[in-house]
Amino acid sequence: MRGGLWQLGQTITRRLGQSDKKTIARRCYASEADLKKTVLYDFHVANGGKMVPFAGWSMPIQYKDSIMESTINCRENGSLFDVSHMCGLSLKGKDCVAFLEKLVVADVAGLAPGTGSLTVFTNEKGGAIDDSVITKVTDDHIYLVVNAGCRDKDLAHIEEHMKAFKAKGGDVGWHIYDERSLLALQGPLAGPTLQHLTKEDLSKMYFGEFSIIDINGAKCFLTRTGYTGEDGFEISVPSENAVDLAKAIIEKSEGKIRLTGLGARDSLRLEAGLCLYGNDMEQHITPVEAGLTWAIGKRRRAEGGFLGAEVILKQIADGPAIRRVGLFSTGPPARSHSEIQNENGENIGEVTSGGFSPCLKKNIGMGYVKSGLHKAGTKLKIVIRGKTYEGSVTKMPFVPTKYYKPT
Amino acid sequence: MASRIWASKAASYLKISTFNRGFASVVKDLKYAESHEWVKVSGNSATIGITDHAQDHLGDVVYVELPEIGTAVTQGSGFGAVESVKATSDINSPVSGKVVEVNEELTSSPGLVNGSPYENGWIIKVEISDTNEVSSLMDSEQYSKFCEEEDNH
Repeated sequence: MRGGLWQLGQTITRRLGQSDKKTIARRCYASEADLKKTVLYDFHVANGGKMVPFAGWSMPIQYKDSIMESTINCRENGSLFDVSHMCGLSLKGKDCVAFLEKLVVADVAGLAPGTGSLTVFTNEKGGAIDDSVITKVTDDHIYLVVNAGCRDKDLAHIEEHMKAFKAKGGDVGWHIYDERSLLALQGPLAGPTLQHLTKEDLSKMYFGEFSIIDINGAKCFLTRTGYTGEDGFEISVPSENAVDLAKAIIEKSEGKIRLTGLGARDSLRLEAGLCLYGNDMEQHITPVEAGLTWAIGKRRRAEGGFLGAEVILKQIADGPAIRRVGLFSTGPPARSHSEIQNENGENIGEVTSGGFSPCLKKNIGMGYVKSGLHKAGTKLKIVIRGKTYEGSVTKMPFVPTKYYKPT
Repeated sequence: MASRIWASKAASYLKISTFNRGFASVVKDLKYAESHEWVKVSGNSATIGITDHAQDHLGDVVYVELPEIGTAVTQGSGFGAVESVKATSDINSPVSGKVVEVNEELTSSPGLVNGSPYENGWIIKVEISDTNEVSSLMDSEQYSKFCEEEDNH
């Protein structure tokens, strides 16, 4: 997902302050008609979804529950999200691993079949084109999901490099899953609920693992992953079976798993300390600056061989000039682009995501500060609408993650 | 009307979600601005807050930025902000004048704006400098219609 969820939050609010209503209304109408709809669109509307434009799609920002309630319910029970706007694709061919390793920082060759990882697509300068969860299905099949807002540029980027790679005799091809939908099922009831809908033993499937299995009578790609910090799954389901699956999940949970929109999804990922591409990570930010050095495989650090490797490897050796940090702050929630100052009032960086944490009941945020001022406990100031408020650097995640891992 | 306000208040105490979209309440004797603030005028004294419709669209209010007493406000211009979980919204003053009182309770209980938008969730009191400005505002009926049109655009 991603690509400016915060702006999306504002689209609701901005309307509250519009003066030239008629012009605005017409403009919104024209653009809303152009928005793409997932196969669950009518299901969302029937369930009270407040639909808003997001990355060219009409998506639910919330349903009847408030964002606060939805966020808390995800951690106490569970959430079901429609994330079909995200783009799933497979790379196939005997050289697909070698091909993908040119574009991402992960040790793809080192992944065991049926496992995956978060990774970053980089550009020649070492900046992030997108973040993505990749899975090695087999040695000649990689499955990955990229952000909706990055779809066009990501596919163009992959295609361009694929052409060059094939021209040199490399064996790789792709398939984009426009015939499938994607559901994210998250929270403590995710496993027990999904178990009612499949014969496979989900207790043997751990965080980061992938399997192609039958769920509710349809062939699904199941990944034990997510974007909330909770245990859970992302389920790629044939689009004709998506609504039935969503209904079955809600029903099997006896209504405890609630439909949850992009608003709570943003609160949840922020509480989990996860980056939102377009806010916390952009073209000019490297994975090292973003605190994702752990995602750069050991072998990749030694060998390089991905776009921007020189810049990235030098940053690993010398330390980056700026770093992504977690923030606590007083006063109003610090939103993206709020200035961060040191105790003397000098600029040291900028907030990239921020809001009120429904679970912690206080302001949390993340942003970039100069190296040296990135240590937990460092006092700082945040400027919001001309006033400065006290804050401090803190460790992330803000809310402990509960990924399902072997004990 | 009153029963709806009561219902939304009760719900907020009970932590039940009320989904007011499309039938947010209005109060008869108040005046309303297009930017969704209400004002209660008595002589040259005005009490200002945001409407039920506005709080419903914003969701859980977590912070209210209040002006200092003595600040001059102008009709249609911002004097503070309401923060919900996800978004920031400016609050505009429906009338011009000087801030004479702010609702300090909102500092510790910003949720009053959701639970009681027309009563305990008031935001500021203003000494009006030009009472003629009030005539440019909408009455409850006009405002209800305005919200309906906005939701159905």
